[in-house]
Amino acid sequence: MTDTVVRAEPAPVTGAPKKAGRLPRAAVHHPWWFALPAIAVFTGFFLVPNLLNFYYPFTDWSSYHPDIAFTGLDNFQTIADDGSLLRAIRTTLLYALLAALFQNGFGLVLALLLEADTRFNRFFRAVFFLPVLISALATGYVFQALLDQDGAVNSVLGTDVPWLGSTTWTLVLVTLIHGWKWMGLSMLIYLAGLKGIPGDMLEAARMDGAGPWRTFWSVRWPMLAPAVTFNVTTALIGSMNTFDIVQATTGGGPAASTEVFNIYMFRIFGQGLYAQASAMSLVLFLVVVAVAIPLVIGLRRREQTL
Amino acid sequence: MTAVWRHGRPALVLLLAGLAVGVPLWLVVVTSAKPQAEAIRPNLDLPRRWQPGSNYEDAVSQGEMLRGFLNSLLVVVPSVVLVLILGAGAAWVFARRKSGLVSAAYALCISGLLLPPAVITIVMELRQLGLANTRPGMIAVYTGMYLSTSIFFMTGFIRAIPVELEEAARIDGATPSRIFVRIVLPLLRPVIATATIMVMLYAWSDVFYAFFVLGGGERATLPLNLYQVASAQLYLNNWHLVFAYVVVMSLPMVAVFLVGQRKIVSGITSGAVK
Repeated sequence: MTDTVVRAEPAPVTGAPKKAGRLPRAAVHHPWWFALPAIAVFTGFFLVPNLLNFYYPFTDWSSYHPDIAFTGLDNFQTIADDGSLLRAIRTTLLYALLAALFQNGFGLVLALLLEADTRFNRFFRAVFFLPVLISALATGYVFQALLDQDGAVNSVLGTDVPWLGSTTWTLVLVTLIHGWKWMGLSMLIYLAGLKGIPGDMLEAARMDGAGPWRTFWSVRWPMLAPAVTFNVTTALIGSMNTFDIVQATTGGGPAASTEVFNIYMFRIFGQGLYAQASAMSLVLFLVVVAVAIPLVIGLRRREQTL
Repeated sequence: MTAVWRHGRPALVLLLAGLAVGVPLWLVVVTSAKPQAEAIRPNLDLPRRWQPGSNYEDAVSQGEMLRGFLNSLLVVVPSVVLVLILGAGAAWVFARRKSGLVSAAYALCISGLLLPPAVITIVMELRQLGLANTRPGMIAVYTGMYLSTSIFFMTGFIRAIPVELEEAARIDGATPSRIFVRIVLPLLRPVIATATIMVMLYAWSDVFYAFFVLGGGERATLPLNLYQVASAQLYLNNWHLVFAYVVVMSLPMVAVFLVGQRKIVSGITSGAVK
């Protein structure tokens, strides 16, 4: 990303003198100023903060004193020493992996169940899309009421399980909730992918004696590759930015076992330790880049080989 | 096999829908009609005493819902409009011009699809600009966050539109602005629907960025308000009020979906799979 920033700067110098004197036709027909407001807002409120984020983590910016001084790696030292850095990386990656798995698994199963374009299926597609429309915070509260030790699930089952109190399994439960909330969106995209498979291709497979299982793995699944790329990428990247569902169900607990990056930033920012929160934000940025670039390249390559 | 599938599939769909969507929905609706004593330990029983009226009234008045609703509208609507208009202008240039500079600018502008917003330094920057805790600040942040999505969808879409349509108008003497407003924008209608839905889905329910930028108080949006109401000690475990709030808050999105269902579904899917 920083490469592109650097590359964008010197380009106007090389571009301008090429056709000095007369404006090229493209510049008359599609003038730059149509793009400038978008570039300005995007640069000003997205790129500049991300660039600032490469400076403030190395300062002592906080709510406790008005001046900001350079302190080197102190903030990274602090979060590494108290264990929160590794914990946040591990928790967030695990969360993203499981959430993407559940969201795509549920979405694909629903798409296959509701594939035919009947009135029954259309109604239930809308039903399964409902959780997407409800805010993630509200979703979190609903599941807190369900899974609380005094909650509805225990009262129905007659058990007394602390569903949200396990340092191992609660993270899995929260990712299940995340998968539940977004499965409708994945379902719609898989449905579109299934619809794009030519009918005669499936017909040919059937003529060759392929059963439903074989048809799925040999025809449908490879043809779904673009939908998989989109769904897996958005699910993985989106869930690394998760906040609402975790905050509303566990608030990061128990014993910080569900404390993903954004929960940590929220908590530390609230304590006024801005530079430390910014350090964690920089780590999130680097982790996302480290995951996203190989992921997109790998999935694109997979589309071409399948 | 096929006979089992023919009868088993609808049964399985009904079972899944009942368990996965029916149960949580039922919990929300019945709890929102219970008095506090019954709601404190949430369960799936019907209320012994029905009091939906007073619960919803309390949620609306004590939860400052009208203010929250207005605040959400004042932030989300301008953001969506800006994302669409600025995005369309940029996408038009990116789709039609070819040069190293254009591709670099395009790559830069869609980097927000993957990169996370740097929320902490956004606060820093807004403070220096005097935009912290203001609606223009929030609008600018949302616009910056979602521009990438709209530019990405719209650029792909415009590339598929034949350029001859524009050329015909140009021969008739139309200026670029006129061509943009009269030809490009109307052709973008389907993808505008997609982008609107995508931005609405995220911005309408956002708590995280709203917390950092607006910081609660007077200008809190609807979901931020819910967060404050639900985490205030006074309301802790007051599930009847929380769920009454959830119902009212979710209604606008559900209504929008029911009205525009067909367009929304085709919009989401056509934008994603190409």
